[in-house]
Amino acid sequence: MAAGAAPGGAEVRDTDWDGVRLHIVTGKGGTGKTTVAAALALALAGQGRRVLLAEVEGRQGISQTFDVAPLASTEARIAHAPRGGEVFGLSVDAKAALLEYLHMYYKLGRAGGLLEKFGAIDFATTIAPGVRDVLLIGKVYEAVRRRRDPRARGRGSAPAYDAIVLDAPPSGRVARFLNVNHEVADLARVGPIRSQANSITAMLKSPQTAVHLVTLLEEMPVQETVDTIADLRAVGMPVGGVVVNQVREPILTPALLKAAARETISREDVAADLTRVSVRATDTLVDGLLAEARDHAERVALEHDEAKVIAGLRRPTYRLPTLPEGVDANGIREMAETLVAQGMA
Amino acid sequence: MAPVLDVDALIGDPQTRIVVCCGAGGVGKTTTAAALGLRAAESGRRVVVLTIDPARRLAQSLGLTALDNTPKAVKDIDDTGGGSLDAMMLDMKRTFDDVVLAHAAPDKAQQILDNPFYQAVSSSFAGTQEYMAMEKLGQLRLEADRDPDNPRWDLIVVDTPPSRSALDFLDAPKRLGSFLDGRFIRLLAAPARVGGRAYLRVFSAGVNVVTTTLSKVLGGQMLNDVQTFVAALDTMFGGFRERADHTYALLKDGGTAFLVVATAERDALREASYFVDRLDEEGMPLAGLVVNRVYRVSAPGLSAARALSAAEQLADDEGGGSSGGSPDGSGSTAITRGLLRLHAAQAEVAARHQKLAKRFIAGHPGIPMVEVPAAAQDIHDLVGLRAVGNALAGH
Repeated sequence: MAAGAAPGGAEVRDTDWDGVRLHIVTGKGGTGKTTVAAALALALAGQGRRVLLAEVEGRQGISQTFDVAPLASTEARIAHAPRGGEVFGLSVDAKAALLEYLHMYYKLGRAGGLLEKFGAIDFATTIAPGVRDVLLIGKVYEAVRRRRDPRARGRGSAPAYDAIVLDAPPSGRVARFLNVNHEVADLARVGPIRSQANSITAMLKSPQTAVHLVTLLEEMPVQETVDTIADLRAVGMPVGGVVVNQVREPILTPALLKAAARETISREDVAADLTRVSVRATDTLVDGLLAEARDHAERVALEHDEAKVIAGLRRPTYRLPTLPEGVDANGIREMAETLVAQGMA
Repeated sequence: MAPVLDVDALIGDPQTRIVVCCGAGGVGKTTTAAALGLRAAESGRRVVVLTIDPARRLAQSLGLTALDNTPKAVKDIDDTGGGSLDAMMLDMKRTFDDVVLAHAAPDKAQQILDNPFYQAVSSSFAGTQEYMAMEKLGQLRLEADRDPDNPRWDLIVVDTPPSRSALDFLDAPKRLGSFLDGRFIRLLAAPARVGGRAYLRVFSAGVNVVTTTLSKVLGGQMLNDVQTFVAALDTMFGGFRERADHTYALLKDGGTAFLVVATAERDALREASYFVDRLDEEGMPLAGLVVNRVYRVSAPGLSAARALSAAEQLADDEGGGSSGGSPDGSGSTAITRGLLRLHAAQAEVAARHQKLAKRFIAGHPGIPMVEVPAAAQDIHDLVGLRAVGNALAGH
């Protein structure tokens, strides 16, 4: 894991994503992308690093995952990582981002207030579709570029965050979400919005960025992973790793799975074994147990097929086991350790 | 115990004209909508299912191969009860274009369709989907009611967009309304109108500051595109809003039933909880909760603890306490031990699902609920959808 320490305290580690500062995590709804994003943030924050974990859909998934107070549109520390790192959380709010942006780039005094009064801010953040997405990504862009010392410019000062993890919209929308700046740039052919959009697009497409996909070993999430990778490639976004979430440990041996699927298990033997340990071996019970094994074998076979599809993608792949007690703050730490051990962070 | 959601009574009631399936992403909303539509059609209703963004194979199971924005008949359903099933996928750009073409004067319409800002808004930006889902629902209902004596459809089943906040589609008409009533649209629309300048004088001098700022931020060309777009839409906005309000009212009336869809997972049920509260707040008629992919064991008589201890006892007997008792791998009782351990693991998952469902019920007493057992495979065809429909009806 840790290979040594570089001057200035930044450790040199051999991970699959050295050089990536913006980790974008997406996946089909229900695959656990928020928990994976949280675990990745913790994993990246090992060894004294500062990591920002940002969400853009206002769902408060991060605060619920870490069991802390709801996040505001300002950054707050939400977790200490093992070995001294810190994770900050941010729920990016389009309106706050727009006001901040206007203030930062245009020094709008009275005009800012007037825009708000005339409903221009509401128009931009809720009615005018797309502007909202631009603002949300724009805020993430700002966090990636921010320096720890705000007065220092360029490479002289350390970045405010060593890494940023974005809990992005679900995979069905993510390519469009990330490419929105490109479309805005088409719309605004000249002017400040154009140049801002261009810089954001350049960052998103650079080797500093990786879009990771979370999936389950089920048909629809895997299909969506395949489709999303194609979508991302089509718009030139760098595809990162695939995280297979909720992997189940094998319970039955391959031989037993085969027998269960072929229904060659002897009912009499099972009934005799059950009777021996004083379990009443009714027909219902024995049939039930055999049916469970057959369903399980069918499911395992499907999981194997899906795993093959994922292997065919030829992306770095990580496997996170099912947490029997469900996901809580301790579960996230366990997942983070697993990701570190597998070289994702 | 929560009351049981009687899906057959719901879709069998001729008063039920619209069923809206909503829930977090990935919980099986579209499958639920399709299965309900099929079941209703095969029980004799004339159904149209509006899906927003179906998974490919599910779409294929309904015979939907392309986004064509018009309902197509689903083949091979059992229509002996006199029912029919049409299905469609929403194409938001086409829907938007149709609105423009139907409600703006021909020259104006072309001007709007050619505007770069319009093209971006209508085809690619998130958010448009919610407006257009509402618009399409309104259109389907209008079409259904065109001939009251012989309605093309008597039941519309809608799958909701996978919105960031999932109920965004409910807010769409209100947002549109607040925008249309706002000063900002007048400000944007006015300069492009004849006599606009004079009209603007009634505003404060702040107008100039705002326009200058907008032009500074957006750039003159983009501001011009936006203004042309807004001015062109201005003529049709009234109708747009009226229909959005109408659809919103339709959702509130007695002929509509909302089904909240979830899975037996903490996050999905938390979202479901939010939906239930939100629908209640809006006065929207909630029919009940569908919990998908609930784990059930086939041998419910045997507890997880008893199964595990039986497995251990078998291992002990076999190994005589020595190394012979490898957990599952070998020995003459290996098969039975494997079955018992598998049963124990599955019984635990089933128990966790039941616990989560119970907690939801405790928090929302009186909400009818139905559980759909987990299937090993995804749904690919009408046979699979029928099976889901059966489970929804409690069979």
